[in-house]
Amino acid sequence: MLRRTAVAAVLGLGLAWSAGAMAQETLKIGVILPYSGPFADAANQLQAGIDLYLAEHGNEVAGRTIELIKRDTGGPAPDVARRLAQELVVRDNVDIIAGFALTPEALGAAEIATEAKKLMVVMNAATSVVTEQSPYIVRTGVTIPQLNYSFGSWAYEQGIREAYTLVADYGPGIDAEASFAKGFTEAGGKIVGADRTPVANPDFSAYVQRVADAAPEAVYIFVPGGAQPAAIGKALADRGLSPPDIKVLAQGELTHPEALESMGETARGIITTFHYTLERDDAMNQAYVEAYTAANNGREPDLFSIGGYDGMHLIFEALEATEGDSSGDALIEAAKGMAWDSPRGPMSIDPETRDVVQTVYIREVQEVDGKMRNVILEEIPDVKDPLHGAAK
Amino acid sequence: MQTPVSAPIEARDWLRRRSRWSPFEILFWLATLLPFIFFPTYLPLANQIAIAALFAISVDLILGYAGIVTLGHAMFFGLGAYFAGIISVHGWGEPISGLLMAGLFAGIIGYIISFLITRVQHLALIMVTLGLGFLTYELANALHWLTGGTDGLRGISTWPVFGQFRFDMWGYTAYGYALAVLFLCFLLSRRLVNSSFGLALRGIRENVKRMPAIGADHKSHLRLIYAISAAIAGLAGGLLAQTTNTVALDSLSFERSADVVVMLILGGTGRLYGAILGTFIFLVARDQLAGINPQYWYFGIGMLLMVVVLFMPKGILGFLARIVARAK
Repeated sequence: MLRRTAVAAVLGLGLAWSAGAMAQETLKIGVILPYSGPFADAANQLQAGIDLYLAEHGNEVAGRTIELIKRDTGGPAPDVARRLAQELVVRDNVDIIAGFALTPEALGAAEIATEAKKLMVVMNAATSVVTEQSPYIVRTGVTIPQLNYSFGSWAYEQGIREAYTLVADYGPGIDAEASFAKGFTEAGGKIVGADRTPVANPDFSAYVQRVADAAPEAVYIFVPGGAQPAAIGKALADRGLSPPDIKVLAQGELTHPEALESMGETARGIITTFHYTLERDDAMNQAYVEAYTAANNGREPDLFSIGGYDGMHLIFEALEATEGDSSGDALIEAAKGMAWDSPRGPMSIDPETRDVVQTVYIREVQEVDGKMRNVILEEIPDVKDPLHGAAK
Repeated sequence: MQTPVSAPIEARDWLRRRSRWSPFEILFWLATLLPFIFFPTYLPLANQIAIAALFAISVDLILGYAGIVTLGHAMFFGLGAYFAGIISVHGWGEPISGLLMAGLFAGIIGYIISFLITRVQHLALIMVTLGLGFLTYELANALHWLTGGTDGLRGISTWPVFGQFRFDMWGYTAYGYALAVLFLCFLLSRRLVNSSFGLALRGIRENVKRMPAIGADHKSHLRLIYAISAAIAGLAGGLLAQTTNTVALDSLSFERSADVVVMLILGGTGRLYGAILGTFIFLVARDQLAGINPQYWYFGIGMLLMVVVLFMPKGILGFLARIVARAK
């Protein structure tokens, strides 16, 4: 017992000493992401956003040198994310934990942020409840209700009265379905049918046929990125369900540039809602896209990249504000209400919910210079997540 | 005249000899206490290893001893995890009773399913276990209101063990608790495999057709061990839910079922210590490799597995045992 106490005392002293010594020097950020497994691509895009910010702004801020410690969760694994957060705090002595591409992983680690009193920057996980899990969480990505609730009411304003929803059968899809329907029906619209497709490798023909049979004015679609946008685009075109005969509404993943390329002509006229538009005509955005593609072998930034980029911006600005004080309480106070211009447009952090407030862009696929592009129809400024405080 | 009388006594002696504790075993279990003193910052990992080792033991009981090849055992792990998590969300966070209930629940489901399992063999058996695993996964995904779907279960809060030991951030309580459960389940499994029941299981594994010929009811044996194994897997899942306060669909995933078989093959099947050793090596290697390179660490695991399968067909422990036997 005596021995154990002695060891613990020595260890505690060591930790205290190293923490004291570090205060002037390095600031460690633990980045927890699914670098391997099915979401590795998302993690790498997010990491590329972080790296770009560091490359542009150097790794020194307020007299502290930034050091990243990357940890892999290997897929949606909340228990692993939690353990990694635990280890980063107790073993690596990190000042900030960041990353979190997936909602379950952010939920798993939230408790550690509260217990260790560390700032936790959620750079993507997009379910509304994430920021409610700990007072130290701040989000720089997007929330699905934020995009789709305002999209629903916008659709009604455009004269659409009846819509059919077709979403992938998993958390984000269900959230998107619910928030689009909420925005749409609250404005006065009517949902005439709702279907859910399997997440992995679905054959859309049967689902699209049901939409065709219901013959609604508009169909709202949510599918994960990758191969599915092209598949559903083709299925819709095969059954004559392309604009202008029917309005096709969706969240931005459906018409991401890579998806547009494979969809070709069938994408024309699809209307999407998103917080980041690659093609947006803005000097800051163009410089960002140029630097990003140059650093990543021509790969274009996506929603993950911008989440990571702005997440780093938030960390830098918060550290400037606290003059290098990296305690969770100081940093979260500094982050509340912070506002800045990002390549995605103006954005800020809601002082109450610590969630991201940003412009939502409604875009339509049109042909520009012989290429299919997302053209911004309307900008809805300062959109907050509509679900905070509403449902518990 | 004497031989027929002394034969059963010899068998009992033989079993008794096999269940005698060797100094290596005592050393091994003493070594499991080392993280508390020397590696306190590795306690969360140690906790995860203890839980995975318990799960590996449950699979070893059916795969290594009874010869039931399964690729869907995560269903019981996940059932236990969700059970422990859900009762905690609904207000019962007492860990020990919650854990026992989780194990019992998984065991009951396991017993019901064992009637299906004992009807099929070989490839069909793999397909059935795989299919059941996927069905449970999709069921948990569909029961969004109960399980939280892909977002995972929220709001689990586990009360202190014995009302005294809070689950701290360093992981002292978590590892101590998981280690105690692992040790108790190990004692039970050790007793089982070194009993006449364990012998019967090995008989089934080696030649299922001859078992009825010697009057053994092999199906009821298989049903029993399957239910026990399911219950232990459920305990492991319950431990994960309680010590991390998280449960999500990954606890039911195919990857978890497959990883545990990889761990068993690494360590050596049909040996309880093989299950523990394999888990230890797999998870420590994974932790270290992923720390060095978070993107491509699976390459290292693949190499390790190939080396073991090529040069140590009976797993690392089987290889060590052969060296020891040669040295004697």
